[in-house]
Amino acid sequence: MADHKHDNDHGHGHDHDHGSELGEMQLRVRALETILTEKGYVDPAALDAIVEAYETRIGPRNGARVVARAWVDPTFKAALLKDASEAIRTMGHENRVGDHLIAVENTAERHNVIVCTLCSCYPWEMLGLPPVWYKAAPYRSRAVKDPRGVLADFGVTLPKETEIRVWDSTAETRFLVLPMRPAGTEGWSEEQLAEIVTRDSMIGTGLPKVSP
Amino acid sequence: MNGVHDMGGMDGFGKVEVEANEPAFHEKWEGRVMAMVRAMGANGGINIDAQRFSRESIPPATYLGSSYYKKWMLGLERTLLERKLVGQDEIAAGHSLRSSPPLPRGKFSMADVVRILTRGSFQRDVAKKPVFKIGDKVRTKNINPATHTRLPRYVRGHVGVIERINGSHVYPDSAAHGHGEDPQWLYTVVFSARELWGDDADPTLKVSIEAFEPYLETT
Repeated sequence: MADHKHDNDHGHGHDHDHGSELGEMQLRVRALETILTEKGYVDPAALDAIVEAYETRIGPRNGARVVARAWVDPTFKAALLKDASEAIRTMGHENRVGDHLIAVENTAERHNVIVCTLCSCYPWEMLGLPPVWYKAAPYRSRAVKDPRGVLADFGVTLPKETEIRVWDSTAETRFLVLPMRPAGTEGWSEEQLAEIVTRDSMIGTGLPKVSP
Repeated sequence: MNGVHDMGGMDGFGKVEVEANEPAFHEKWEGRVMAMVRAMGANGGINIDAQRFSRESIPPATYLGSSYYKKWMLGLERTLLERKLVGQDEIAAGHSLRSSPPLPRGKFSMADVVRILTRGSFQRDVAKKPVFKIGDKVRTKNINPATHTRLPRYVRGHVGVIERINGSHVYPDSAAHGHGEDPQWLYTVVFSARELWGDDADPTLKVSIEAFEPYLETT
């Protein structure tokens, strides 16, 4: 998942100026980590392991596998919609997931969108860490009032009669959108299907993409 | 609290800007902050609700002008100072200057990493039955506490329908302030956009929140 062009101790492709804030934050964070380590509260190697897990292993591939399974296995899909945490646990150890994950199904009549207006609640185990836009003011402010406008920012236009349902994640429940399986994928394997399930399609700001 | 973090329905923030091939972290320190927050939660030093309240308490101009992980860092420092786990003099010195209280679950170590990669459960059993049932019409209370709450402003005083009952969970309004978990029933409550935003709203739009029972009253 990590883009290795970003060598994070140095400047990178951003168009805004980090200026002295970068150095200040680096020092400030390093100081706090030193204090917590010296007090015996944290082992820095364990912090390394957390960072490494989110940089390399925990990302939208997890959710994509769940969606692909639901597309090919109606029994699993029914179980997923009934209790997503329980259903995903039956898939094995790679997709570890906590309680209270709720899968919401897109249909021809209804399109689901997930947001957290108050902070940044997001199904980390399924999608990894949320992207900056998900945590930023433009998305958090507009998703509950003008979701069609937000979808247009993502290049997504839905029929005007489609019901839009926005789920504001205001508690410790978490949401995963089950997108519609695109036409033209008949006979595909679960692995092929997982390839077209994008992160945004599981948030509701995108649709699965079948390459021409 | 009626803070700037409570953004649902605000205008003027502009378009959603998507970064292609976004890395997990833009700077190394961001990963360290994320990991410290998770570790200090797992070892019992700070809870998630207190963390959220300290981020919400960042002055509005700073909140809006800071990157996501900078807000996490500011919130983490503030919570550690409040809990007297770390002193201002130690932050200035960049070193521990005294021994601090032991934490409920001790040092966060390698053996704890796997456990935190799966979310902990916030479900807590309660003796009382849920007051509302699926299909009930409810009104969200008009409350404006200066303390932590998960009832967003844009739904307060509006009528919605109970769609799901999600069990009984730790009540953030209590847990954020050290008043115990005080578990409460949690519901999905769905509103029409016209109820929330008026007659001009998109007639095809429905919005739901996850609402704790004390936020709701019968209509």
